[in-house]
Amino acid sequence: MSELASRTISTPAVVNRPLLQVWELSMRFGGLLAVDKVTFEVRPRQIFAVIGPNGAGKTTVFNCIGGFYRPTSGSVLLDGHSIQGQPSHRIARLGLVRTFQNVRLFKNMTVVENLLISQHTQLETGFLQGLFKTPKYRRAETKALERAAFWLEKVNLLPVANREAGNLAYGQQRRLEIARCMITQPKLLMLDEPAAGLNPQETRDLDRLINELRAEHNVAVLLIEHDMSLVMGISDQILVMEYGRPIATGVPEQIRTDPRVIKAYLGEE
Amino acid sequence: MKPMPRHLSEAALVALLAGLLTVPILGIQIQVEGINVSLEGEPWPVVLAMVAVFVARLLQVPLKAISSLVHITHRLSLPTHLPKAYFLGLLALAIIAAAIWPFTASRGSVDIATLALIYVMLGLGLNVVVGFAGLLDLGYVAFYAVGAYGYALLSMHFGLSFWECLPLCVIMAAMTGCLLGFPVLRLRGDYLAIVTLGFGEIIRLLLNNLDELTGGPDGIGNIPKPTLFGLEFARRPSIEGGTTFHEFFGLDYSGADTVIFLYLVALVMTLFILYVINRLIRMPVGRAWEALREDEIACRSLGLNPTTIKLSAFGFGASTAGFAGAFFAARQGFINPESFTFIESAIVLAIVVLGGMGSQIGVILAAIALTALPEMARQFAEYRMLIFGLVLVLMMIWRPQGLLPATRPRLELPVREEGSS
Repeated sequence: MSELASRTISTPAVVNRPLLQVWELSMRFGGLLAVDKVTFEVRPRQIFAVIGPNGAGKTTVFNCIGGFYRPTSGSVLLDGHSIQGQPSHRIARLGLVRTFQNVRLFKNMTVVENLLISQHTQLETGFLQGLFKTPKYRRAETKALERAAFWLEKVNLLPVANREAGNLAYGQQRRLEIARCMITQPKLLMLDEPAAGLNPQETRDLDRLINELRAEHNVAVLLIEHDMSLVMGISDQILVMEYGRPIATGVPEQIRTDPRVIKAYLGEE
Repeated sequence: MKPMPRHLSEAALVALLAGLLTVPILGIQIQVEGINVSLEGEPWPVVLAMVAVFVARLLQVPLKAISSLVHITHRLSLPTHLPKAYFLGLLALAIIAAAIWPFTASRGSVDIATLALIYVMLGLGLNVVVGFAGLLDLGYVAFYAVGAYGYALLSMHFGLSFWECLPLCVIMAAMTGCLLGFPVLRLRGDYLAIVTLGFGEIIRLLLNNLDELTGGPDGIGNIPKPTLFGLEFARRPSIEGGTTFHEFFGLDYSGADTVIFLYLVALVMTLFILYVINRLIRMPVGRAWEALREDEIACRSLGLNPTTIKLSAFGFGASTAGFAGAFFAARQGFINPESFTFIESAIVLAIVVLGGMGSQIGVILAAIALTALPEMARQFAEYRMLIFGLVLVLMMIWRPQGLLPATRPRLELPVREEGSS
């Protein structure tokens, strides 16, 4: 079943070309400069974290990259193609999907239906085929259900597949949101505070899941997170933001000891 | 604590207010004596209204208590998980009953039933737009008009038959829907409602004023009825050498045949729409409609294009209205813009709301109730709108989810259910 869900990348060794390039991205809301010239790169299969105090502009960066806001200036390239200013649904189809800080599931639909909706873009059946339930249509639906089952198993939600998504426990909702993204076979997964509201055990599971996604499904992960132990343990690169400005970039060890970061988080003595 | 006097004074105040408001409406009667028109005071209706309001206000507290009881005890909804065979059997029985019924009923009631079926079709179509996709369309009657005028004009100018025109009308209405939908579907909620409301009026005004094309307020007459594989329902064939239904089968001519035939055509058309909608809501596009209604941003983040999905719902709703419209024109034989006023949109919307948004059985029952009841209770015709409004208000208090709230067809993954992990 795994060939259903995993995207085959011929040579994972090719990691030199950046997957996502963000260059001097700025976003202004009226008089407020929410994001000020943020520049970074995410490479294939990299786990890249954006951290910073509340209100630093992290989610705004996500919204700009994902096409939910139109950035004031700067450029965003996915796989070498400019995506800034494009509508969010087109960006998602190019392989850049995200989760939300406040989980956004289709709450009145069942868990498995949530996963079917996100396969909408991979539809191979037409209107008339569905109307007459042709064998091809049935096959496509079965395949979609299989794919959903695969991902439900992966995030440990198979037993609750037919429940309403809104009735799941919070941690389960978070995992479902990630599965819903992964089923679109993205190149880059953006997670907006995935550990928020999770208990320590669930956070450890999340850590393992993210690593697994990278290892088995060749996805790069861009995440915003406040849980420092998670961020430091999992990330390849970290960008620290404060008041909309990037104040440091580097591997976890550098960030941990960077005086500007310490100052931003703990204040001046 | 003396609650009674407070209630009394409050009720008196409300009654006084009601009196003030009703004086200009009920308290003054126009008297016509020859050429003289005079206004005369008529105190009784006002007094009556004031007493009614006073009593209603006093009874508000006990009524509220009752209403909360009703809410709890009133949870009738169809059993959701009937075995499939059982359900299909019931459905087949209902269809057979509906098909046999006109042969036993009076001509008048069959005619009313046909009208009811038209509203069922309209209700089902609008239910997709409002109930499933969550787009409030107040100009739904425009597409109904497009279908009706489409058939009337095509048959008048090109001599096309009803069955040839039907798909064309559907396409025309769908295209009109997409044409309107494309610019306005980025609007949300109230704004969309206002624009569609305006659009409905524009279409009606166009029909009224494009005299050369639509005949203006005079409308179009002599619209041919549907035929049964080319057999006309008439005393004499309208074209030279044609055969009529009664001649072909060697029957005596009976006017009731036409009425029954029209009813059966409407029934088949309704069943067709029902089938299409039931497939659609289980198809990916139907799922996308619902998902979009629930969370548009989440949809966009997953690569679903909101505009095309909304457009498909809007276009589908419009095509259903066009479908019903073509039949309406054929049944009436005469159409003019008066049949396509805003009140029609409002009635169809009321059908959807009363039945329960997204609930197809509810919509069907509501459509039948709202068309059949006024016909049965002709003597109360003056109070029709009053009762209509009252019913809607009471519904909003007691059963805002509609008579038969929607139960979604859920797609189940065959797995064993356990406690949460």
